[in-house]
Amino acid sequence: MDAAERRAAAESLLGAYRGQPIGPLTQTYRGITPEDAYVIQQLQVERWKADGRVIKGHKVGLTARVMQRQLGVDQPDYGHLMDNMIVLEGQPLRMSDFVSPKVEPEIAFVLGSSVVGPGVTVPDAISAVDYVLPALEIIDSRIADWRITLADTIADNASSGAVVLGSRPVRLGDLDLRLTGCVLSVDGQVVGTGAGGAVLGSPIHALAWLANTLGRLGVGLEAGQVVIPGSLTAAHPLAPGSVVTATFAHLGTLTTRMERVAQ
Amino acid sequence: MRQWTVDRVVDELSAAEAERRDRGPITDEYPDFDLATAYLAQDRLIERKVASGETIIGVKLGLTSRAKQTRMGIDAPLTAWLTDAMVLPAGEPAPMARLIHPRVEPEIVFVLGEDLAGPGVTAARAMQAVEYVYGGYEVIDSRYQDFKFKLPDVVADNASAGRFGIGPVARSPHDIDLAVEACLLDVDGEIVDTATGAAVQGHPAEALALAANGLGRRGHRLKAGWIVLTGGMTDAVFLNPGSTVSVHFTNLGSTSVSGG
Repeated sequence: MDAAERRAAAESLLGAYRGQPIGPLTQTYRGITPEDAYVIQQLQVERWKADGRVIKGHKVGLTARVMQRQLGVDQPDYGHLMDNMIVLEGQPLRMSDFVSPKVEPEIAFVLGSSVVGPGVTVPDAISAVDYVLPALEIIDSRIADWRITLADTIADNASSGAVVLGSRPVRLGDLDLRLTGCVLSVDGQVVGTGAGGAVLGSPIHALAWLANTLGRLGVGLEAGQVVIPGSLTAAHPLAPGSVVTATFAHLGTLTTRMERVAQ
Repeated sequence: MRQWTVDRVVDELSAAEAERRDRGPITDEYPDFDLATAYLAQDRLIERKVASGETIIGVKLGLTSRAKQTRMGIDAPLTAWLTDAMVLPAGEPAPMARLIHPRVEPEIVFVLGEDLAGPGVTAARAMQAVEYVYGGYEVIDSRYQDFKFKLPDVVADNASAGRFGIGPVARSPHDIDLAVEACLLDVDGEIVDTATGAAVQGHPAEALALAANGLGRRGHRLKAGWIVLTGGMTDAVFLNPGSTVSVHFTNLGSTSVSGG
């Protein structure tokens, strides 16, 4: 893709936030690579920053083996978390803010110091974490019907939507991240269960991967930033009126709801 | 052709197990084969195992995920019998030469401290009867081709029971929140699935209560000292010769089984 095509792709995704979802970029731009896609993502982030939004952290996606298999990849991907994507618990989500939202329970890291790759090891990643919070990520796709390949989701900010963060911090040293269990319930029904081990073997691996991947681009992770490392369960679709609860071992519970739409 | 009867069902399933061959669903050939008949066949199958020297040591619960129950049109788990011949001691490989197409699933395992007889058993009452909780696994092995069966087929087949193993850590059920007790399912060092106890009927005690009530209606009681496999927490994974499947629990330790 040349620079003009990348800008056009970024514009079409930005437009989809306000209007209709678009077709897969991989069909519009046959030669699109993951590198093109990260540039397209970055162009949107630059626009959001120009509009006054602030980067508050990152998400790591494609951390589940089944998702990687579906997309034929062996690596995760990442997206940016902007300040307006972070939602308070108890603040209803609005269906009109999303295209085709799904929910995933995650263990969010909040960094106490900067960590800059490459060369970030698991102990380096652990040392950078101040505390963890329970989180519910609302994933979404500006590509119609989630017909995504790797380049589509990368370009679309790793299919980010919003993040609901809990408010009770827990120290990393008090947890076994791999074996921390979570039950995802929607409208009182258990729709998924899982553990931290579902995230690249451990969520801390996702943090190290992110620091190393961004480090190669000259970008560091900063103190105070949030990293959501990937889902403990399969994603579950959300409908108007859905009430979602994640119950974590040791981290407590977290609830969010999708506003009922007036007919 | 011999008429289909409960005894013929038992004959055919026993032969399939002994000769290590799978078969098509009996429901395809025996139109009147219903759930009640299937449980009669399951009980008779176990009576024959007991007559040949095996001892009943507990029960296993099957179809404990609500999604699977909805697909099968039921609202409670299946039950089946465990005998001492099904126990795999720690470190002993699963005998691949005697199994048809074994698959492994992680299980939360109860050992009962007192008898439990339905109907009328609640999850709270069921939990009271549990003395110890273990982490374990079941090696399931259907006598049907590709694990394809209808409900009466799998019930008569003792719910695909094969072998099972129990991990090294015993905990009091009162010390653990089983709904969030997590398990990692690991095949040759790669985590292929994760789940918590809530995947089993919302909570394994709910599954136990439903099972005790179902058994009670058929005139059976769960006995003190019995083992209860509460149901697969994840989908089952194939066990291949030379391969090792491990289950790692938050509070209930780790255990492994290899295809030998």
